Amino acid sequence: MRELSVFDIIGPIMIGPSSSHTAGALKIARIARMLAKTRIVSVCFQLYGSFAKTYRGHGTDRALVGGILGFATDDYRIRDSFELAKKEDMEIIFEEMEEDVAAHPNTVDITVTEENGEISSLRGSSVGGGEIEITQINGCDIRFSGKNNAVIVHQHDKPGVVASITKIFEVFNVNISYMSVFCEEKGETAFSVLEIDGDFNDFGMEAICRQPNIISAIYIKVK
Amino acid sequence: MMNKKTDFTNAEELLALCEAKAIPISEAMLLRETSKFEISRKEAEERMLKALNVMRESVARSQTEKMKLLGGYIGGEGKELLARVKTEGAIGGAISRAAAYAMGVIEWNASMGRIVAAPTAGSSGVLPGILAAMEEAYGFDDEALVKALFNAGAIGYLIGRNATLSGAEGGCQAEVGAASAMAASMICELFGGSPAVCLAAAGDAISNILGLICDPIGGLVESPCQKRNAMGVSNAIISAEIALATGGRCIVPFDEVVAVMYNVGRSMPYQFRETALGGLAAAPSAKDYRLGCRACGACK
Repeated sequence: MRELSVFDIIGPIMIGPSSSHTAGALKIARIARMLAKTRIVSVCFQLYGSFAKTYRGHGTDRALVGGILGFATDDYRIRDSFELAKKEDMEIIFEEMEEDVAAHPNTVDITVTEENGEISSLRGSSVGGGEIEITQINGCDIRFSGKNNAVIVHQHDKPGVVASITKIFEVFNVNISYMSVFCEEKGETAFSVLEIDGDFNDFGMEAICRQPNIISAIYIKVK
Repeated sequence: MMNKKTDFTNAEELLALCEAKAIPISEAMLLRETSKFEISRKEAEERMLKALNVMRESVARSQTEKMKLLGGYIGGEGKELLARVKTEGAIGGAISRAAAYAMGVIEWNASMGRIVAAPTAGSSGVLPGILAAMEEAYGFDDEALVKALFNAGAIGYLIGRNATLSGAEGGCQAEVGAASAMAASMICELFGGSPAVCLAAAGDAISNILGLICDPIGGLVESPCQKRNAMGVSNAIISAEIALATGGRCIVPFDEVVAVMYNVGRSMPYQFRETALGGLAAAPSAKDYRLGCRACGACK
């Protein structure tokens, strides 16, 4: 069990009205923003369960757009996120989904399209108290809490690949606090999620991408 | 080894720690925070002062600004209650004033204002309502109020650790009930109550609303949440007053009350745990209620 801090109880400081439907939703979208390497031109949010039913009354829609714009959970600009996205020429699409796709009722699929045509997607659930869980990236099942900075690597599922990745962290003197590897069903490629203590940098990311059998890598900076 | 000396996982350990070191609950929580998480005393106090200031701001702005509610099941009640307190006098004294502030903060929250989840957004009115009213009536300074929040945080931590702070898991007793317990303990420390008195007040506050379900109308954090925050305020003040008067005399100690609350929450049918499928949310008038103009979202 994770230890509770006094600021988990007296906090977070957030824009209301709901830690799960507003603050949590924003955090999921902020991670989706980081999947894009260039400017985002279009975002599609597919809402499931309670998100689909009550998103307007909870400001979930504005919070999701606020997350794509990179706002913090206590940023008043969340209120005007639709107008601000429009100013950036970002197309915003919301779809209320009928079916239930996840164990958790507050779930959203986010698909971002970049100006270079790249398309990325993730699925996230808001699991209460502003805590979230990312359960899919680009269609592959993973697990990531978004609490720590993390490097997510898409790789060919071959011997030695994981060792070559972790070696880079040693070279850059960054401690891996938690690591897990998720294999795609086809069994050809896999995703490694490496949560780290502290910060990582572009040189480290480039070094990872230069290793053999690495398809791509993204850095998710949450603090 | 340092961690062992300053950590506590239940009220019994907290009380032993306070007695061994002759410190109040607020200090025990501050020591736990600085030894367990990489944060200095100064940083922790500054961070708590920031939370206090956000609470103050939410009280002030909810009483002065025009708010656009997201849902529209509530609106204006905090100002109306405060106006009555100011012009006609309050039947409940400081309780009525604190309740008016708490109701305002829930409106502020429901109109996308900035609040401190304490412990949750749905129960975010209780602590600021009481703190603002106490500050006005008794002139407590920042230092005293920051300490009070560390005290409240200790109670919330124990409930979150040993039970739950989520309406989806434990009903409203886990949200407004927890906020009320935190506030009751905090008031006792502000007025010189011992750690044992604080814990008795917190236990009483939960005991008084044991079994309260979470049944938000329309699934939104508006009604009955707003008036329940007002109730949470009055419950906290009364529980504190009784504990201070009786030296914290009670039959069931805090840890047992928390365990009972958890068991009651777990045995609640899911219709009563934030799903908006039962309770007031399922009452005919609630289902038929015509919302204000914000509800359609067209003017968003």
